[in-house]
Amino acid sequence: MERNYRKLWWQHCLAIICFSVIPLLFVNVSLYTLFDRIYTQKVTETLRSAAENRRDAIDLFFNERIAQLFTVANTNTFQELTDENYLNKVFEIMHAKSNSYMDIGVIDSEGRHVSYVGPYYDLLKQVNYKNEPWFSAVRANGIYISDIFMGYRKVPHFIIAVMVREKSTSWILRVTINLKNIDDIVHKAWIGKLSDAFIVNNKNALQTRPRFGGDFLEIPSFPEFALDSLTPQAYPDFSSTVTTKVERVTHHGIDAFFAAILIQNTKWILVIKESPDEILSPLVKGRYWMALLSALGLVIIATGAALFTNTLINRIKETDLENATNSDMLLQANKMIALSKMAAGIAHEVNNPLASIAEKAGWMKDLLAEEDIAGSKNFAEFNDSVDKIEQHVDRARKIIHNLLGFARRMEPAKEKINVNNLLDETTGFLENEARYVNIHIEKQYADNVPVITSDLSQIQQVVLNLLNNAIDAIGHDGTVTVSTRYNEKAEEVEINVADTGPGIAESELNKIFDPFFTTKEVGKGTGLGLSISYSIIEKLGGKIKVQSKVGTGTVFTLLLPKH
Amino acid sequence: MDTLRVLIVDDEDDFRETVVKRLNARKIQSEGAASGIKALEVLKEKDFDVIVLDVKMPDMDGIETLRHIKKMKPEIEVIMLTGHASVEFGLKGMQLGAFDYVMKPAPLNELLDTIGQAYNKKRGLLH
Repeated sequence: MERNYRKLWWQHCLAIICFSVIPLLFVNVSLYTLFDRIYTQKVTETLRSAAENRRDAIDLFFNERIAQLFTVANTNTFQELTDENYLNKVFEIMHAKSNSYMDIGVIDSEGRHVSYVGPYYDLLKQVNYKNEPWFSAVRANGIYISDIFMGYRKVPHFIIAVMVREKSTSWILRVTINLKNIDDIVHKAWIGKLSDAFIVNNKNALQTRPRFGGDFLEIPSFPEFALDSLTPQAYPDFSSTVTTKVERVTHHGIDAFFAAILIQNTKWILVIKESPDEILSPLVKGRYWMALLSALGLVIIATGAALFTNTLINRIKETDLENATNSDMLLQANKMIALSKMAAGIAHEVNNPLASIAEKAGWMKDLLAEEDIAGSKNFAEFNDSVDKIEQHVDRARKIIHNLLGFARRMEPAKEKINVNNLLDETTGFLENEARYVNIHIEKQYADNVPVITSDLSQIQQVVLNLLNNAIDAIGHDGTVTVSTRYNEKAEEVEINVADTGPGIAESELNKIFDPFFTTKEVGKGTGLGLSISYSIIEKLGGKIKVQSKVGTGTVFTLLLPKH
Repeated sequence: MDTLRVLIVDDEDDFRETVVKRLNARKIQSEGAASGIKALEVLKEKDFDVIVLDVKMPDMDGIETLRHIKKMKPEIEVIMLTGHASVEFGLKGMQLGAFDYVMKPAPLNELLDTIGQAYNKKRGLLH
């Protein structure tokens, strides 16, 4: 019957939390996922358009350079350009509006460097390019843009060369491009603090110097060390990119966005790298907020659940107590009704034989007085026996009287009650029991106690309960004092039941009217007697009080209103 | 007519007979009837001053018998014998014209007192 309230509490609380938190988390996670997808998509788009933008700028740069070179080559004759003074003049004109070129040279069909203007005059003038790979490439294609290479000058550079056919011969106009120009264009893609942009050729060799680490012609690699390796990790190889690629790469614990795009003129690949930490920082912030809000929601839900469950469990506890008290009182009442019916039945059945016995005894007494047997030697014995029979019939009569009185009072009513008589009757039930354990029931009744109007059987039940408790408390050898008093001012009758038991400790004194509180052995008391008594007396408009001193005894006081 | 005549109506033989004997021993002329019906039969032939009538009897109970008696001979005083739990019947009997009720088992003296009072009342009425 006794519920496990703690378990119930946890079950209820967890159920509330589960059913509140699961939807909360579900909504939060879905929103976050959606946000994440949209944002990542947006970032990807931004990255792609940045890459396309840079690619266009680079292609434009090359287109312009090629056009300029083409113009120069075709508006001047080989003869004119072999004159280095003239070439210098042309170069200065070309150089006037941009500083894209480092030097210029004219090479004849045999690979001889017939004229040169630029800082490496001494080094390059006598060079024959006939066996250089670019020389044959120009002759094959008519136009050629090289990758970066060291060349004779041992400095990273690249060239643009165009071949011009003039009559039966052909010659080549070659310029070296200032690397800074390409770098400037590429560096404009360094948007964030952690972003990087660089160009690789189709052999994955760096064509521009990246922002973080790496140099010309090296393989591009992560500036930061990977988690599981002490050697720098190479970037993913984009050298074979044809169509534009934007992807997120997680590589040995390093996480980065890459956009790779093909530069049409050179077949180089422009790579832009972005740090997710940077470009996705709103997302990270979003995640942080989501976690915070979820945690806050969780705390609120948990607190709410706990508070609500507390209230609920307390209410259940109260109801349980009430039910237990009610059912116990009902049980008690039913028991009393059954008992009273049985008592009435027995009393009626015993009454008739008892009346007969009484009459027979009376008749014998009559005869003893009448007949002349007073002289018989057994006369005294006969007389004594008949007296005793009458005496015991009278005793039995009283018992049945009480029993019937008890039975009759079960019908709840507003009755006129003589309190002293009621106490006499009630103590009568227990006198025998008390005598066995040598407990004396002393009666100290006041004479001025009036007849009160109340429910007799209920009061009897309470008094019986108090007497039982008193006897149980004493155990054996002691005195139970039942006394009455009348308080005229308050119109209250006071019934005191005092015992000489061990008393009740002060700490327990305020609990004794609580349901289920018992000091009796397990199985001996329900712990409901006093609480039922309490509720009965309250219902009748009276009061029940207790005073106790450890070692001296306990006094229960009933205050009953006169009306 | 100075002798007091009493009819005891009770289904309990031992009780009835003993009471009759004891009353007779006290110079009270008494007779017994084992049931209400028998009592009414006896009443047709004889007259009594006081009838002691048990409430609880088989066939015809005390209240029913009382009604008939009061119809037949209203001058006879009737004393109801009741168990403790059937005091209501005693009271009802008194409403129907019984003189008093005595709770059973009662000492003979108590019954005698009540019979005497009833007899006095009847004589007071007659004289």
